[in-house]
Amino acid sequence: MLRFSTWKFLAIVAMTLAAVLVTVPSMLSPSTYEALAARLPSWLMPPTIVLGLDLQGGSHVMLEVDQSDLLSTQIKNLRDDVRRILREEKVAITGGIGATARGVQLRVPDAADREKILPRLRQLRNSFSANVGGQSPLDVDATPEGLVRITVTDTGLRDKSRKAVEQSIEVIRRRVDALGTREPSIQRQGDDRVLVQVPGLQDPQTLKDILGQTAKLEFRLVAEPGQNPAEVEELEQVDEQGKLPIEKQIMVQGEDLTDAQPGFDQQRSGEPVVNFRFNIRGAQKFGDVTSKNVGRLFAIVLDNKVISAPRILTPITGGSGQISGRFTVEQANNLAILLRAGALPAKLNIVEERTVGPGLGQDSIDAGKRAAFVGAGLVVFYMLITYGVFGVFANLALFVHIAFIFAGLVLLGSTLTLPGIAGIVLTIGMAVDSNVLIYERIREENHAGRSILASLDAGFNRAFATIVDSNVTMGVAALILYFLGSGPVRGFAVSLGLGILTTIVTAVTMTRMMIAVWYHYARPTKLPI
Amino acid sequence: MKLLRLAPENTKFPFMRFRRVSYPFSAVLSLVAVALFIFKGMNFGIDFAGGTVIELRAKSGFAEVATLRGLGENLKLGDIEVQAFGNQADATLRFGLQPGGDKAQQEAVEKVRGAVETQYDVRRVEVVGPRVSNELVQSGTLGVVISILAVLTYLWFRFEWQFAIGAVIATMHDLLLTVGFFSITQLEFNTTSIAAILTIVGYSLNETVVVLDRIRENMRKYKKLATAQMVDMSINAVLPRTIMTATTVMLALIALVVFGGQVIRSFSLAMIWGIFVATYSSIFICSPMLIYLGLRNEDVARPAEEKAEAEAGTEIEYHGSSDAYAASMSDDIGDTPVPVAPKRPAPKAAAKPKSSARRRPK
Repeated sequence: MLRFSTWKFLAIVAMTLAAVLVTVPSMLSPSTYEALAARLPSWLMPPTIVLGLDLQGGSHVMLEVDQSDLLSTQIKNLRDDVRRILREEKVAITGGIGATARGVQLRVPDAADREKILPRLRQLRNSFSANVGGQSPLDVDATPEGLVRITVTDTGLRDKSRKAVEQSIEVIRRRVDALGTREPSIQRQGDDRVLVQVPGLQDPQTLKDILGQTAKLEFRLVAEPGQNPAEVEELEQVDEQGKLPIEKQIMVQGEDLTDAQPGFDQQRSGEPVVNFRFNIRGAQKFGDVTSKNVGRLFAIVLDNKVISAPRILTPITGGSGQISGRFTVEQANNLAILLRAGALPAKLNIVEERTVGPGLGQDSIDAGKRAAFVGAGLVVFYMLITYGVFGVFANLALFVHIAFIFAGLVLLGSTLTLPGIAGIVLTIGMAVDSNVLIYERIREENHAGRSILASLDAGFNRAFATIVDSNVTMGVAALILYFLGSGPVRGFAVSLGLGILTTIVTAVTMTRMMIAVWYHYARPTKLPI
Repeated sequence: MKLLRLAPENTKFPFMRFRRVSYPFSAVLSLVAVALFIFKGMNFGIDFAGGTVIELRAKSGFAEVATLRGLGENLKLGDIEVQAFGNQADATLRFGLQPGGDKAQQEAVEKVRGAVETQYDVRRVEVVGPRVSNELVQSGTLGVVISILAVLTYLWFRFEWQFAIGAVIATMHDLLLTVGFFSITQLEFNTTSIAAILTIVGYSLNETVVVLDRIRENMRKYKKLATAQMVDMSINAVLPRTIMTATTVMLALIALVVFGGQVIRSFSLAMIWGIFVATYSSIFICSPMLIYLGLRNEDVARPAEEKAEAEAGTEIEYHGSSDAYAASMSDDIGDTPVPVAPKRPAPKAAAKPKSSARRRPK
């Protein structure tokens, strides 16, 4: 009991000091931290605790690939591929290429033609997606009557959606970065979801606005009266009432853009516009179209809505142009961001959103701090009036215990959430329980007639087994919470887990050390508890 | 300095005699909890039910709840549940899933935002779609079930099998009563409540393990004592610690309820209830279970092991007061006379008739 090796003593003191040092920066106000960080070398300045979105405010948005949008894009691409093959092989079909629920179908009356195109259609699989675990992404089958059907399988769709997520992450990152927020986190979740977390965002609405748009930009001619109805579709206009007949053929696409910047119209009203520039291919196409169609209306279509349809006055061959559409400054800015970042491969739907305004975040921090201080204060006071000098030891250990948890959170880079604070308050209870177990056992042994030293020894030894058992049991629960839980539950599990780990060091070893030192100097004749 | 003592010293409370009352009592409570869950149901938050919560703070400092209630009808969003809390400026609006999928959810938020923006600051928006909420229900339930199984396995390896079963039955009991608590109070049940339930499970197990640890220790030390009396003695021995710890944790939780803010209030309230239940079940549910499961019958079947344990358990002699304790306890109870525990472990033969006589009918 009394023998405590010097190295153990030093190790505990060193650990305590380290924990306190790691924790201190997190306790400073942001401005003090900045000032200190500027003066001290970076290795001396540990990072501060990462606060969860529920504490500091921010947005958490879960996006999911829109399966029906994804499928219709795939069907459209399939149709183009089939058309190309038919043209190359010079195969005639009766009727057009029809769409089914999951693919396309066509009627090839001539058996020899079928023999010619079927192998080529089957090859589409390879270009549709790379090998997906032996499962074919496309089913191609033909009836003896000449009906050929190409169907996107579940595997194919899942693979496409996985790829769409990968591509989307890049596009989203470019879009969010352009907002100028700090440390956004963009992660994939499962096969078809992306989780975007932006801490401390002042205006979550903008985030949702720029995430919710596919940003597929197309330049298409406005149809003239008497055009073949099969080549025309009616599209809604963003700013004006009613629909506009637009040619289905896409003249130039957004992917040929190299830059887009918000600006103001120099010649006329001075209203906000978006200036854009094309790459060589785009510039060429744009020049061709505008030279051939002087006098016609040229529509700028974003996500199947007509933004504006100005008249082509002169051919535009310089490769740059302007989109105007009665924008506000902010709208022009957002559109430029979207165009620069590129289009999403498929539409993404918001399936979960959690936004905490900065005001509420601050209130939560305050509430958490207050609760922690009052809770800890009550516990400290209660231990003091129940166990006297031993209570002082327990409280000191408790203080170190809390420092350890915070240091652990800092070093792990783990995020502290509101449930995490609840977890810490609970761990305080658990740490106190360890000391209570020990002290009550010491009393018990003392009442049974043992000497002070023997009671202390037996108290610690016997309570230790119980403490290990109960903490391991709690640890098992914390571990499973961590692996199965998400978000708030996980934050809770981390605090609880850290607390359980440090309980053994602080509540058992540290208290024991302090009592040993106390016994050495005080030489008590009677147990003070 | 005079130190505070909440628990009386040297209690000799015959806890095990209450098992004929506590078991039916707990069974009825558990059934009531199940019935409440089935017939009254839980107040599922949007994490589980799907839907939208918007928290507003009135710029004028006074939230007009009646006007906000009218929004549901004006905007055609179905029922809007309006709750004022804390101070007069804050209110939360909650409305269910909108027909038309995830997109309709977002549109609904837009409508509300547009309608209130001039008079209120939007402090928090949470939207959970139907598929996400289903997944949260599944992963939450899975978490609870797996953690209980894992703990069962751990206890089974660490203790005798009776202890593991007793602990798990006690835990299930606590779990049921907590579900009943959520049902009867209609506190919102969300992912944080799952954290609360798992913490209650953890606390309950902690309580149980502390009692079981002492029972195991005494089981080896007092071979001749009837199981019921040995269990009573163990519970009485850890009683001061039980009361002390429950009080301490309770103090911390009360601080959370009063100062922790709205978001974790239901968590803290559930925890307070959980601590009552967990303390009760470790004493009145888990411990009697050991008697019903015939804890000591096994000792007869493995004399070699028992001998080793007996020797290990008595390295430190336990004298004086504990003998008196056993004797006086038998007087108090007025049960069948109990042989006084010897200083050294009795030979196995002496223990044999005792334990076989106490074998519980199969």
